[in-house]
Amino acid sequence: MKNKINLKNYPNKTGHFDKFGGVYVSETLIHPLKELFQAYKKIATSPSFKKILKRELKDYVGRPTPIYYAESLSNFLGNSHIYLKREDLNHTGAHKINNALGQALLAKKMGKTRIIAETGAGQHGVATATACARLDLKCVVYMGEQDIQRQSVNVYRMKLLGAEVRSVDSGTKTLKDALNEALRDWVTNVDDTHYIIGSVAGPHPYPMIVRDFQSIIGDEAKTQFKKDYDCLPDYLVACVGGGSNAIGLFHPFLNENVKIVGVEAGGFGINTGKHAAPLTAGTPGVLHGNRTYIMEDKNGQIKNTHSISAGLDYPGVGPEHSWLKDKKRVQYTSVTDKEALNAFFTLTEKEGIIPALETAHALAYAFKLAKKLKDKKILINLSGRGDKDIDTIAKLKNIKL
Amino acid sequence: MTSRIPSIFKDNADKDKKTFISYLVCGDPSEKHTLLAMHTMAESGVDIIELGIPFSDPIADGPIIQKSIDRALKNDISLRDVISVVKKFRKKNKSTAVVLMGYMNPVHKMGIKLFSKSLKENDVDGVLIVDSPPEESLALNNELKKYNKSHIYLASPTTTDSRMKDITKMSSGYVYYVTVKGITGSKLTDLNSININVKKIKNYSKNNIPVAVGFGIKDSKSARQMAKFSDGIIIGSSIVELMHKYSNNKKNMEKHLSNYLSSISRAI
Repeated sequence: MKNKINLKNYPNKTGHFDKFGGVYVSETLIHPLKELFQAYKKIATSPSFKKILKRELKDYVGRPTPIYYAESLSNFLGNSHIYLKREDLNHTGAHKINNALGQALLAKKMGKTRIIAETGAGQHGVATATACARLDLKCVVYMGEQDIQRQSVNVYRMKLLGAEVRSVDSGTKTLKDALNEALRDWVTNVDDTHYIIGSVAGPHPYPMIVRDFQSIIGDEAKTQFKKDYDCLPDYLVACVGGGSNAIGLFHPFLNENVKIVGVEAGGFGINTGKHAAPLTAGTPGVLHGNRTYIMEDKNGQIKNTHSISAGLDYPGVGPEHSWLKDKKRVQYTSVTDKEALNAFFTLTEKEGIIPALETAHALAYAFKLAKKLKDKKILINLSGRGDKDIDTIAKLKNIKL
Repeated sequence: MTSRIPSIFKDNADKDKKTFISYLVCGDPSEKHTLLAMHTMAESGVDIIELGIPFSDPIADGPIIQKSIDRALKNDISLRDVISVVKKFRKKNKSTAVVLMGYMNPVHKMGIKLFSKSLKENDVDGVLIVDSPPEESLALNNELKKYNKSHIYLASPTTTDSRMKDITKMSSGYVYYVTVKGITGSKLTDLNSININVKKIKNYSKNNIPVAVGFGIKDSKSARQMAKFSDGIIIGSSIVELMHKYSNNKKNMEKHLSNYLSSISRAI
């Protein structure tokens, strides 16, 4: 592998990944962010914290998650081999718990008593509500009105877990507006409240903290693959909304000789403009506290996005992804709603695994890749399970539940 | 033309008066309303107008200003339009200072150099970018210095002493002290800490920069209280609310706005 990246230097002291990242927030949040950075460095890197988190991840979450060789699917697609990192088997059904639990533990150690979170598909909301129930923390989750409708199962789960779900009816009523509202809450209640951002987005140190907690995916995968197959995969594929499951898988492999692909939500197609693919079709700008690729109009207003999956329906992306794109270390591409849906059914029928619609985007691209390649090993991050999406699927298929 | 702001604060201080700063969102509900309101402000004792640049994701603003921004964005108002409103304002008014206030992305999109140059060309006095703290705005700061424009920064109850020093170093015109932990439209609480922090900022400032306070000031009483501690007061949400209430009748809006602002102006 040429040009190894000194990963320790990113983000740098000021929270930047070269031109991306940073701390674009109003003055009131600067101090809490610095406090969080210091607490993270002091507490989360200590052996005692690591030990507790490791035990929680093992006994409570169910880690390590297996790598499953999808043999029938591989045979069906052609001559390549599909492997699935089964993050869907985590407690609460997605990778989101890795970060939510880590941050909730940190918040508890920091003496915070109240947790807030934003959620799109509801997976991060459920994971946060779960961690708060486990650790006896008060929990408020902000969710766009439109997402509340399309992810009603997760809304109910959060309520069962004791969280308060606040509907956000400003702007586009989706994930970005939930994030705006959570930031407003945080500014108002910084003293007792910790904000658990669910993706590798937001101001520094969030992209770093979330990446570190999610990197367990890639760390495990590396060890498991070496042990079981005596090699590393040829390709890694993951879906990218904000990009937390992708960075979690990718980061430990960045200096390995592995091709890496991130798949964005192409919605109705990139050329229709109705999509959520800032890395594929956006421009660098400033949103939610960091500089990154975003979807904006000619005046710098954030554009409406569209994706069949609520979790990818976001006009920005984690700054580290923007950096990896410009460095050409990771290839970013997109698939349409329709392609993702087809992949959803294929995996369900061929392997008996119902994936989340977000994850189905990674699957769709990986399937295309598998048909084209010969004898390559493709590892997909199966970031979440699809139970939450059955309403959406049933509606599309005209089925009454 | 260089920024009017330093001499405004100085003249007011010489007359033992506090500086009155008012905020409105440009283009809510139309450019005509905005221009009328700006002239009314100037005639009712306002010294500096903070003209809000609409942005789709205003994370530091409460519901009143959010809704105002939404109404303005329905007219597709852009940063260039906002600057052209100042140009129109200047045809009749050469004395009231105008500060553009908003979020980073529209400025980033236009380009910092082009933006700064157009401030000079259109006689804007200063800039306040809410989500661009000193750490992220060196380039903008340098450009604004070139043209002698004021770069206003925020300080807040969570700002540490060492940061206050840095903020006063980079600020010109005035420092905007945010009185509460919260968003625009929040309620005032801890008066004593406001007093202490304003004094601290002034002590840290080498050139005795004026400190204006904002967030939570709604009426003559709160304006008078805050004016005691500071060099100036800033009112936003209440004005935006009042303008919206009477926006279907411009004459009415002008009358109510004038009465309200005059009462504040007398109080400080």
